[in-house]
Amino acid sequence: MSLINYSSREINVKIVYYGPGLCGKTSNIQYIYDKVSPDTKGKLITLATEMDRTLFFDFLPLELGTVKGFRTRFHLYTVPGQVYYDASRKLILRGVDGIVFVADSQKSRYDANIESVYNLHENLGEYNLKLDEIPYAIQYNKRDLPDIIAVDDLEQELNPQHLPSFEAVAVKGVGVFDTLKAVAKSVLRNLS
Amino acid sequence: MVRTNWKVFEEDYWAISTTLQELLKNANAASVLLLDKTGQLISSVGEPPEFDMYSFASLCAADFEANAQLAKLIGEKDFSTLYHQGSNESMYLARVENNIILVVLFDKRTTLGLVRLRTKKAVDNLETVIRQLYDKLEYENEEMNEFDEEFAAEAELEIDTLFSD
Repeated sequence: MSLINYSSREINVKIVYYGPGLCGKTSNIQYIYDKVSPDTKGKLITLATEMDRTLFFDFLPLELGTVKGFRTRFHLYTVPGQVYYDASRKLILRGVDGIVFVADSQKSRYDANIESVYNLHENLGEYNLKLDEIPYAIQYNKRDLPDIIAVDDLEQELNPQHLPSFEAVAVKGVGVFDTLKAVAKSVLRNLS
Repeated sequence: MVRTNWKVFEEDYWAISTTLQELLKNANAASVLLLDKTGQLISSVGEPPEFDMYSFASLCAADFEANAQLAKLIGEKDFSTLYHQGSNESMYLARVENNIILVVLFDKRTTLGLVRLRTKKAVDNLETVIRQLYDKLEYENEEMNEFDEEFAAEAELEIDTLFSD
């Protein structure tokens, strides 16, 4: 749910990184935080457990600059991936403008990906939203690891609608900005 | 149900700001913020805080929502207000309509009782403004839309510049 303030000429939009536990959602946000120039980013907030697992969410506000007189900001959120944090995931999806689904390419995480996509559909349904109505991209992460699933197979199972998809190695930054750019552009195009 | 899109127009913004300014003065608070339940900051008045307001707003929304879930577990609809007491700085949060949260930051220059009292009146005023704004959004026409093809093209250029390795 974008917030457009005509008086202060501001637009704020919300992009959520979704996906199974340990798929690399926080790594995406961390890489973005490390790379963008200091004057465009706010504080990176991480609500994590002692084991560095996301407990509630990560949050990173980014200032895009002024577009046609409107100061435009992206608010990036990650959800906790672990199955039992479903209530938190649902809350974070509230008012979402765009979604990045981060899939873990490893064979051992195949079922976790499927379960998480299904969970995303279910939770969006709670807000009367459908995935094909929201700017969306899927990222196949951890492409540098051994024992991974072929992208075609992942596409078939996780992205039958053939929405934009990207291969990535989030910890090294590969594919991180490409994924974000695709969703960010689509979100702002949605306003027009 | 969350509104799918939401906009604040000039006159609503000033009506909101006036109410927030009055609350700030009458409650002797340090600063007052208005945000929506998704964590988006709508307006703020008072001493500019040293922390990042956008992060603060997102955490306030999360705090309010987490407490609403706790309320449901114990059989309440929600908690319409929350109070966090610190040794120097404290904060008081109140729900406005269904989707808006008013946050008052205050210190020892005032008391909780006064903050609570003045906030209640501000919430009433804000609810009137917000309801009018909702009505306006229902009847919004195409002409209000400034986000055309030119906007999208300019935005894409900015995105390419900001998000580069």
